[in-house]
Amino acid sequence: MSAPTTTKKIRVLIAKPGLDGHDRGAKVVARALRDAGMEVIYTGIRQTPEMIAEAALQEDVDVVGLSILSGAHLELFPRVVEELKKRGVDDVLLFAGGIIPDEDIPKLKELGFKEIFGPGTNTQDIVKFVYENVKK
Amino acid sequence: MDELLERFLAGDRRALARVLSRIEGETPEGRAYLRALYPRSGRAHTVGITGSAGSGKSTVTGALAAEWRRRGKTVGIVAVDPSSPFTQGALLGDRIRMQDLALDPGVYVRSMASRGALGGLAPTLNDVVAAMDAFGFDIIIIETVGAGQDEVEIAGTALTTVLVNNPGTGDDIQALKAGIIEIADILVVNKADLPGADTLVSQLQALLSLAPAGTRRPPILRTVATTGQGIPELADAIEAHRQELENSGALESQRRDDARHQILAQAQAILLERIRRNTPVEELEKLVERVATRELDPHSAAEELANAVAGAPPKA
Repeated sequence: MSAPTTTKKIRVLIAKPGLDGHDRGAKVVARALRDAGMEVIYTGIRQTPEMIAEAALQEDVDVVGLSILSGAHLELFPRVVEELKKRGVDDVLLFAGGIIPDEDIPKLKELGFKEIFGPGTNTQDIVKFVYENVKK
Repeated sequence: MDELLERFLAGDRRALARVLSRIEGETPEGRAYLRALYPRSGRAHTVGITGSAGSGKSTVTGALAAEWRRRGKTVGIVAVDPSSPFTQGALLGDRIRMQDLALDPGVYVRSMASRGALGGLAPTLNDVVAAMDAFGFDIIIIETVGAGQDEVEIAGTALTTVLVNNPGTGDDIQALKAGIIEIADILVVNKADLPGADTLVSQLQALLSLAPAGTRRPPILRTVATTGQGIPELADAIEAHRQELENSGALESQRRDDARHQILAQAQAILLERIRRNTPVEELEKLVERVATRELDPHSAAEELANAVAGAPPKA
């Protein structure tokens, strides 16, 4: 009969750390994940690493996606990871998007970011990535 | 005792987050947590904030929470946003208006998707609120989905219901209509710095003056939530409402009304699920065919379905 109402929903936090206010990309990704049936919590712009980690904890999300265009990713992403760990949030799927030079990608993957999506990414690739990698 | 529950009772916020997810997922585990926690609930002042989309519910909620923090109270917030009827996905954006509270250890914000529930709430909202209550927050603010005229369910969940109105959104006939305005314990005119605020306040006053003698007249307050103007007065009015309920003995009868309502709503959900589970697809499709071809009316079809599962109909 109809789908059971008890299916576990994938909950995703989309956040923009730092001071750049360009949130078009974050909104497009949030919308795509929403349309794929996920529950997406969007925090808005200008988030500190502490705010992002605290939101991830309170909302008990499965996935955290960070968007950044300011170039401060090597400064801010490690601090987000550190703040998450500090709160015991160590089992979420992490991904990022924005303007991130190729040479920085290995460093971010080492930090625990499973994938980095650059400009021109098809949103369906991000949807597929989340479904395939989310820890259930 | 379960380790997660132990951490919950010790005040661990991560454990609270996890327990809320189990409860929201309606898993057997979640039900067990609710059973264990329910006897510890009932202490918090639950406050419902409702009103149309864009009326400023989230901003009022954030400002109220900040005000109660100044008064030394801890605050839990449950903010509901709509799920898509097509994909069941949701974009939960209420936190955006609550940035100032983000790092306050005395505030906990949880976003919930409506997941097909009617009335501006979510299917497990009462359970989530009970668990937050058991965690020990002094105040729990429940922000509904943008609600227009008929979403009155919040009154059965919150002790105090606040309806947020805005100037310039309809004439006084809107305020005369039945529905959501009747369940408000407090009326707020938010964005009171905009033109039309005075008109709206006098329309609301005129409406309330038409109420039968002896009925309670909800106070009307003006706020500009973005600047915090009028928020301390609103917090005072909400606290006064609870006091009023306690003094008049209405608190106890309201708790019983809410319990009755919740039991019947849950029983309805259980029966519906039972009917769904125990009805062979072919049987349902046969009824669908007969109703679609207008041979049978939907009411009679539903009765056939229910009788097949739940036994003989009760005597009229």
